[in-house]
Parts: sequence; C-alpha cells; structure tokens
Amino acid sequence: MKENVVIIGGGVAGLEAAKNLHRLGYQTFLVEKNKKLGGHVAIWHKLFPDMASTKAIIKEMVDDIKDVTVFLDTQVKTIESAYGGYQIAFSNGVNVHAKAVLVASGFELFEAAKKEEYGYGIYDHVITNADLEAWMNGNKDQRIPAAPKAIGFVHCVGSRDLKAGNSQCSKVCCMTAIKQAIEMKERFPNAEVYCFYMDLRLFGKKYEDFYINAQRDFGIHFVRGRVSEVSETIDGHLQVKAEDTLIGRPLKVQLDMLVLMAGMVANNQIKPIVEQAKLEIDSDGFLKSSDNITHIIESGRDGIFYAGACTGTKTVPETVAEARAAALAIHDYISGL
Amino acid sequence: MIYEGKQKIWSDYQKEIPDDHWYYVRSCIRQNFFPASERMFTEITQKVLGKDVYETPYHTTCGGIAYHCDTIPQETVMTIVARQFALMTEAGYENYCPSCITSFGNYAETLETWREFPELEAKIRENLWKACKREFNKPKYLAHSSDLIYHWREEIRKRAKHLLINQETGEPLRIVEHIGCHYSKMFPHKGVGGAEYPYVLAGMVESWGGQVIDYPERRHCCGYGFRQYHAKANRGYSLSNTHKKFESMEPYKPDAIITNCPGCPYFLDRWQYVIAEQTGKTYGENGYGIPVFTYEEIAGLVLGYDPWDLGLQLHQVAVEPLLKKMGVEYDPKAKYLGLNKEDLMRPEMPNSIKCC
Amino acid sequence: MIDFGFTLSKSSTVDLNKIDHSRYDQLVKLVPTARMCMNCGSCGATCTVSEYKGMSVRKVLYGIQRGEDVKAMLSSCMLCGKCTMVCPRGINTRNLILNLCKLYD
Repeated sequence: MKENVVIIGGGVAGLEAAKNLHRLGYQTFLVEKNKKLGGHVAIWHKLFPDMASTKAIIKEMVDDIKDVTVFLDTQVKTIESAYGGYQIAFSNGVNVHAKAVLVASGFELFEAAKKEEYGYGIYDHVITNADLEAWMNGNKDQRIPAAPKAIGFVHCVGSRDLKAGNSQCSKVCCMTAIKQAIEMKERFPNAEVYCFYMDLRLFGKKYEDFYINAQRDFGIHFVRGRVSEVSETIDGHLQVKAEDTLIGRPLKVQLDMLVLMAGMVANNQIKPIVEQAKLEIDSDGFLKSSDNITHIIESGRDGIFYAGACTGTKTVPETVAEARAAALAIHDYISGL
Repeated sequence: MIYEGKQKIWSDYQKEIPDDHWYYVRSCIRQNFFPASERMFTEITQKVLGKDVYETPYHTTCGGIAYHCDTIPQETVMTIVARQFALMTEAGYENYCPSCITSFGNYAETLETWREFPELEAKIRENLWKACKREFNKPKYLAHSSDLIYHWREEIRKRAKHLLINQETGEPLRIVEHIGCHYSKMFPHKGVGGAEYPYVLAGMVESWGGQVIDYPERRHCCGYGFRQYHAKANRGYSLSNTHKKFESMEPYKPDAIITNCPGCPYFLDRWQYVIAEQTGKTYGENGYGIPVFTYEEIAGLVLGYDPWDLGLQLHQVAVEPLLKKMGVEYDPKAKYLGLNKEDLMRPEMPNSIKCC
Repeated sequence: MIDFGFTLSKSSTVDLNKIDHSRYDQLVKLVPTARMCMNCGSCGATCTVSEYKGMSVRKVLYGIQRGEDVKAMLSSCMLCGKCTMVCPRGINTRNLILNLCKLYD
C-alpha cells in the first residue's frame, strides 16, 4: 500500500473518491459523522433524470469500497500540518498521518422552519422535499393526507434569499420539485398540483423534458410567484398566497399539503476543520476553491482537496465527476507530478 | 396546528423587560377612542402592582401619525423623539414605555437608524439643542405598554376576579388577538414572539384562561393604514381590509378581539357598523358584532373593574355579550352615566347591528 | 342603506378555488399542446394586432386559467398564423384560437 489519504465525508463524493483512491493503491480512510454511508442522497428515493433508485446506487458505491477503512459515527477532532502532510486525530481515538486530505463534507439542508411564514413545524400539512423523499422510501408521515386533492410545491426555500443569508441558487430544487410533482401526480392522479417558482432553472440533461412532461402529460400548474405566506384554515387546509407575476394580480389557493423545496446551504459542522487547517470560506459561505473555473477541487493549501457540495451547490453527477477528478489530483500531488 | 412549533418560535423572540421604574408616555388618540385604557394601565401598574410608572404633562405627540401620513420629514420626527428622550432623562428614568404602537415603532426605528448612522444621531442632538436647549440619553430599554402587561400577566391572573372562561359552559372563550403592524413587523426581534406568530397578546389570553384563535388573515392589517383611512378617496380600502379579516375569522365564532394598537380596536370596532350598514352582515351572535377590546380593558375586566368605569359604553359594538359570558356583573341603567354619575345621553341606535 | 361616500373595494385577488376552469379543461382536451405554453411571449411579440388590440395568445391562454374575460382579444385575432410560426413549443395556436372561439359561442 502507498501513502495514507483521509476523506472527510461519506456521501457520494467521499464514496466515489474512496473507490478511486483505493484502486490507485492508497491506504484510504473514509470518515463519516453519521452511522451510515450515503449522505443526503441516501435519504432520497429516486434520482433524476433516469429516475434511478438511490438504494441501488448507494449499495453499488458502498460495495465498491469494502476494502477501504471506514470510520462511521466518527468526526475529525484535530487536524494539523506535520511532516509534509497532516496529522489527524479522530473522535474514535485513531490517529492517522495522511499525505493528502479530501474534504467531501457536502452541504446542509436549509432549515425550513426559519422561513416562519411557511409554518414548517407549525401547520399540520407542511413538509420539506426531504420529508417527501423519506415518505416515498416508506417512512410514515402523518402530515401527508391519505388522498390529497391539491398539492403545492414552493421553490427556492432558503435559496436566492438574502434575508436567509443565502444568495445562491440551490440548483437542483427546480428539477426536484418537478420530479416530485410528477411522482405525486402519479400517486394521486386526481390531485391538482401547483409549483410556485420565481424562475425555472432547468439546465441539466433532460431537465426541460421533465418540465414539458409535467405540463403536457400531467397537467401540473406552474405559478410564477414566490409564496409570501401560508395559513391554516378552520378545516385544516392550507391557504397559500403568492403574486401571479405573469398576470400581475395577487393569487390565493387552498391546498391539502405543501412541500417546501429546502435548498442546499454550506455545512457549518466543518468549521473546526476549516479553522485548524486554515482553509478559506468563500463569500457564499461554502469552501473557497483556488478558482471556480479550472481548480474547483483545489483548496489552495498543499495536500488538501475538495469534492462535491462543500464548495457550492452541486448535482449528483457533478459531485461524482469532481470526486474522480479529486482522486486523480491527489494521485498527481502525491506522485509529485 | 402544532402548538410546540409556535412555542419554539416564541422562545426565539423573547425580550428583556425590566420589572420596575418605567417612564410612560401616552398616545395622541387612545384617550379619545378608548378613554379608560391608559388610565387603567396606570391604575394596574401603580395601584394594583405597586410599580414605579412615571408620567409627565410635558410629553407631546411623537410625530408618528404625521410621519406615516407622509406630512413631515423623518428628521423632524427624530427631533421630536429626541425631546421625549430628553424629558425621560430629566425625570431620571432609562426605561421608556410608549402606549401607542406607532410610537413604539417610531422609537424603535429612530434608535435603529441612529445605531446604523451615528452621524444622524449627532445631527439630531444638535437640532434638539438649537430648538430647546435640551440633551438626552437614549433609553436603556424600550417596551410597549402591552409588553409590560404581558410581563405582569401572571400577577394579574393571581388577582383575577373573572377569567376569559364562559361561565355557562366552562369552556375557554375564543379570542382573536390582533397586533398593531408597527409593533414587530419592522423589527421582529423587538416584539414578544416576533412578527409571524406574536405572543404578546396571546400570552395574556392564555394566562387569563382564554383560547387564542389562529385564522388565515391573522397577519393582515386592521384596515386603518393611515393614508388608507385619512384620505376619503382611499377609505374603501380601509373598510375592505377590515371586511377581509372579519370574513376570515367568522367561521371560528370568536367571542372577542383583543388588540394592542390605538387604531386597530377603533377600526375593527367602528367598521363593523359600517359593514353592517352596507352589506347587512354582522359577525357576532344574534345580530351583534364581535366585541373589540384593548388589552387594558380586558385586564380591567379580569381584575373586576366596573365595565362602565372602563369606558366600554363608548364602543360601537356592544360589549354586553362578552360581559355575560365572563360573568361580569353590570348595571345596564348605568351604562350611559359618566364618572360623576351625570347622564351622558343615549347614542342613536343603528338598525343594521344590534347594540343593546 | 346609508351613503358613507365610500364602499367595499373589489378585490383583484385570483382565488384559484373559485375560478371556473371548465373552459380551459375543454380546450386542453381539444388542443392538448395548449398545456405546454411556458409564457415566453413570442406569440404576443410577433402578433399583427397585439400593438393595437392587446392580443397575445399567451395572455388569452393564461387569462382563461385566471378567470379573465378574453373575448375581446380573441375577436381581434386575424388568424394570420404568425404566432404558430414562432412558438418554440410547437403549440398549434391557430387551432387553439379557433377552438376557443367555438367554446365562447
């Protein structure tokens, strides 16, 4: 075995990088703070645009790293520069001297309750995109009625929201909302489904096709206007208000359930690592890359690399591609190329 | 509705309210609209609770109404505010308590503006000195008088003669709480409970045995809106906003409305008559309206004061249905007798809404 | 009734629960591509009568989903077909207008 490499974070970025670094012959340590691997993606039910089962994807990725040393339920306690690498102490008592470190700490889901006007945690039938995926994965959720007749999706919850401290577009939520709207319409064909959006940002492969399907084949209604407030009516419905900006009039509608598309925000749990390893934070709160065009995976610190949503909002394919690129960059770095 | 979710938000928006030594300033209009409310505040705080609440006859308007009607510049308003702070400083107080919500908002906005732009504060200090040779300290604490009643709500509960409980059924009375817009919409952290789910009045209702109604148009303005009302051409909007609130709260069958702003109780009360005249619709039981109160009036009823000493005969919407539910004894014949027992004369009764 | 000199104002709010969707529902059965409009506005931009009569297929199609009266706009259409040429979603706009006119008859 060649040199030690430590990967912080066991989501799709960490898993993909671990597989590749291991294949390149490095002694790879993958550390994950949760009790299981897969990160946010593991909560999800299906991934666009192929509607692929996340269970199968994560299973394959985890199977691929069975020879990698994985520390679950473990965090990095300290990290310091030493002997041309980094001395890292984990919360499980293990110490590792690594030649290179890959930060793949991902994102945090915006805390939807912070948008008080939407009443998450207060109104009986308001959930998040993550709650809906968990429900589609078989979790029971009393907030979702047995036969909803009207369902709403609120785009940009905590994203593109300076007041919430997040100027960034969360990138995947427009597409996720359309995916979930279709999935709900498939389950409840008689329900009216509304998407409340500011802009539809459907940039990825086949995303626009999903949008056309949602309109043409599923009759999903798109309302251009940000939801301003949600209330509960006496019979337990949700009253939702927005401006229909395409017609320039205020709009209201009563719904049986509302799904908040909580966006990706920077993962603040890695702050201690950032401070100890003297990493830089960018103006959007995510980790700052050497540059944002050709060196996204480089931290500007020798031996420390980035992959995935720790540097900004990313899709799964982007994250996987970055993870492979980071593995190769680490190999080049250690090989002195 | 998940009550614990609201409690979580309420815990995020708590403010420090000192227990004593307050400099109290009255509203321009409340003494005309609801003549006993401010008197009841001093009665409760000074006499019942034994607090040091000081007033001065030299206090004037804060300029808030003119400010919100776009008739005076902000700099003038801030100089008026500075003079009020000078009076407080001269009296030896540092806790400032306005009775008016728009004043509270005006003071909060002025203090925040000075915090952001210290050079503006320096200029206003100079203006004040040039105008009337006064100097001032900024208040250490700013609280609306409803914040103080909220702060002492359990003290009031301990001395309660009546509760917000229907004496016939034993059920809690259903109360709509309505917060003045300028209380916390501008600065959510300056209001108890914040702006989306304010707790200041809800806390009183809960302490005194009632049940708070959360209806869809809870956040909506009472309809006053300054220019909406003051320019007659706009008055239809004022009425329409009030109408929208009543249409929204109607299915919940509220027993009463509690408010903390000078304008809100006035418009929620008077517009019920105008709506009834124009549409024939009333929102209370048996042709009555929904009685509207200030929090001091409700506190006075809870503490057992005579409703006519609380000035409740000056409401447009009859208060008797609530008095009966609460079990408050009153003399119908004394309704229109003044404090000196002189006959105030009977108002003309409308046909469209029952007013006893 | 007493004349106060002011009355309740008419609300401009679109209440989706109170709007009659039947005409739109009939239309999309006859012209399924109507659902694909993404409000780009190409039709209105190129329309021969838009600048004189305010006509726009987008506004017509959106208006009927929001309870607006679009009859005047419809009657100003000259059926020239320019909108059909520019629609990026390939909506058969002439067919849409003809069918909608029938539904209004």
